[in-house]
Amino acid sequence: MTTELAAAQSAPDDRTELSPETIIEPSALGGDFRRMWSLALTLGTTEFRLRYLGSFLGYLWSLLRPMMFFGVMYVVFTQIFKLRSGAHYGVYMLCNIILWTFFLEVTSASIACLVAREGLLRKMRFPRLAIPLSVCLTSSFTLMMNLVVVVIFALANGVEPRWTWLEMPVIVALWAMLALGVGLILSVLYVRMRDVQPIWDVFSQILFYGSPLVYTLSRYPAHLQQYALINPVAALATQTAHAFVDPSYLSASAAMGGTVRLLAPLAVIVLVFGCGLWLFVRRAPLVAENL
Amino acid sequence: MPETLITPGVGGGLAAPTGRPIAVSIAGASKSFKLPRNRASTLKERVLQPRSARTFEWLHAVQNVSVDVEQGEFFGIVGRNGSGKSTLLKCLAGIYRLDAGTIMLRGSLSPFIELGVGFNMEMTARDNVIINAIMLGLSRREAIARFDEVIDFAELHDFLDLKLKNYSSGMLVRLAFSVSILVRADVLLIDEVLAVGDANFQQKCFDELERLKRQGRTVLFVTHDMASVERFCDRAMLMSHGNVLEIGDPATVARHYNILNFATAADGEEAAADVVDDLSTVHSDATIVGVWCEDEEGVRVEQQEHGRTGCVAIEVEFNQTVQDPIFTATLRNLAGTKVCCVSSQPDHGETGTFRAGDRVVSRLRYDNWLAAGRYVIDASIARHGTGADVLDYRPDAVSIVMYGARPTVGVVDLPSTFEITAR
Repeated sequence: MTTELAAAQSAPDDRTELSPETIIEPSALGGDFRRMWSLALTLGTTEFRLRYLGSFLGYLWSLLRPMMFFGVMYVVFTQIFKLRSGAHYGVYMLCNIILWTFFLEVTSASIACLVAREGLLRKMRFPRLAIPLSVCLTSSFTLMMNLVVVVIFALANGVEPRWTWLEMPVIVALWAMLALGVGLILSVLYVRMRDVQPIWDVFSQILFYGSPLVYTLSRYPAHLQQYALINPVAALATQTAHAFVDPSYLSASAAMGGTVRLLAPLAVIVLVFGCGLWLFVRRAPLVAENL
Repeated sequence: MPETLITPGVGGGLAAPTGRPIAVSIAGASKSFKLPRNRASTLKERVLQPRSARTFEWLHAVQNVSVDVEQGEFFGIVGRNGSGKSTLLKCLAGIYRLDAGTIMLRGSLSPFIELGVGFNMEMTARDNVIINAIMLGLSRREAIARFDEVIDFAELHDFLDLKLKNYSSGMLVRLAFSVSILVRADVLLIDEVLAVGDANFQQKCFDELERLKRQGRTVLFVTHDMASVERFCDRAMLMSHGNVLEIGDPATVARHYNILNFATAADGEEAAADVVDDLSTVHSDATIVGVWCEDEEGVRVEQQEHGRTGCVAIEVEFNQTVQDPIFTATLRNLAGTKVCCVSSQPDHGETGTFRAGDRVVSRLRYDNWLAAGRYVIDASIARHGTGADVLDYRPDAVSIVMYGARPTVGVVDLPSTFEITAR
């Protein structure tokens, strides 16, 4: 195309120096991964600082909410429904609630993230992916601090540190991947359809109570347990119980009846993430026009 | 589907004036927006009214724009609101995707089109400068290293730890402009920058842009301010309804912009569209056919003595009925300062009605108290009103030498008296 242009113009010498790489078009990823990463990191840390610097108790608030939720859940499930069904049950619940809070925070904040950054999107060229990524990063910082509290709580509760704790970074990463994938899909859909917000509110509630987060997998009918774990949230929670809380909990592979079957929930995570990325890359260049 | 066909723009401005390399090449750029008549923004609306969601109009914001901008050029883009200039700039910046055509450029491009994008009002200037610099593509280390440079330029040393929400709009612009010069892009895109900020800082900004220009950077500049177009741009482009009307020297483009503006105001959109199809016919309502200077006896002269009455004569031919036009002659000294402006306004508000074919000579008389030297006269005729709706304008129409004034450092030598009284 450059050569065609050169032929059409009278100054071919100048023209040929214009390489096709410099054609200007909006993009989701941008050519420069380093820039996208530093931009996402900057936006993420800024948001994080803004959230906690301005308020009196700062970070404590972000811990207090899941802790209160945990307290209510703990009382309801153990005292009223007498659901105590595993070792260190409180640790099990807290750990899952903290991870779920992270997931919910990322997905909910992602929904409106593009619309909220309208000014930036309309006035500046930058890799669009930096925005949902920054949302995910902001929540990740909170999660890191919350997990420290979880570990302290677990040790105080008598949970013994074990080598299987090393699985936790992988599990957290999978949570983040799932959250980012869902967030990408929701953020793009929200630009065109504003009722994505209430729909996700309802759906996330179903996902929370439908997955074994505040109760254990053993509450499911026995023949359904292995299918329930195709739900990646259930699989991650179950594996967390086994790897982090107590080995007496069934591991995800044991519950599914074979390590190979773990590929099912993994595939769901990869699929959601892939779908999100694909949709975002396809739609993001047009986001500025549709806002 | 990039289209490589190049159609020449009106005014023959496509070809760049000198042989410098091309920095930005826009070829056949078009951009349209779908404007839904009744946009469905929720799922419920979509389900209930599947049909109405599909009716829309097309807004052709930019249509087949082709232009080459040279390296080191200060290129102005002007046009009325909704003429497509900002859309074009957003396409250039890579914020919108073109429907057809290509934009190519040599070197790096500044990623923003407006100053202060991404500023966070809740944070201090110190934090914002660093964050903004990173957003504009610098690394954190580079941003910190050049922090002082930004603050020096902005002259905001005393307000570093003030939250931006407490800044005045002028201070914000200062800070924003200062951060933006950190970006070492070869091509800068600027949309309506210097509307705010005091005159001193505006000048500083333009000086800075001049400096960048000398370094071979290219500036594309969208504005409504014709004065800055005339002062700073090398070339300018006039847009209307997404089309390029003219690419040419800034003074001409600025004048045509004013014509376009007033034609629209007076005759409505359609008339304006007709008018702008051929700009050469726009100012044919009245044409200045001659400008000269006369002495008190009506004899043509090229010199005038100090203290006598001088006269600028403007001969005008009317091609349409014109009511109460304004005749103006502006005298500029060799430094370029507009020393005085003699006009039929406001003393002679009603100059009369002229019909097509009328040929008249208007005489603007003045008492010559000007300092000695050569003066250049610009002559113009404008429609009744503010005088901005120019019918014809002849810069440098004639020059005249003033003599006989006493030596003075001023631009005028006014009759003066002197007295001493004892107390």
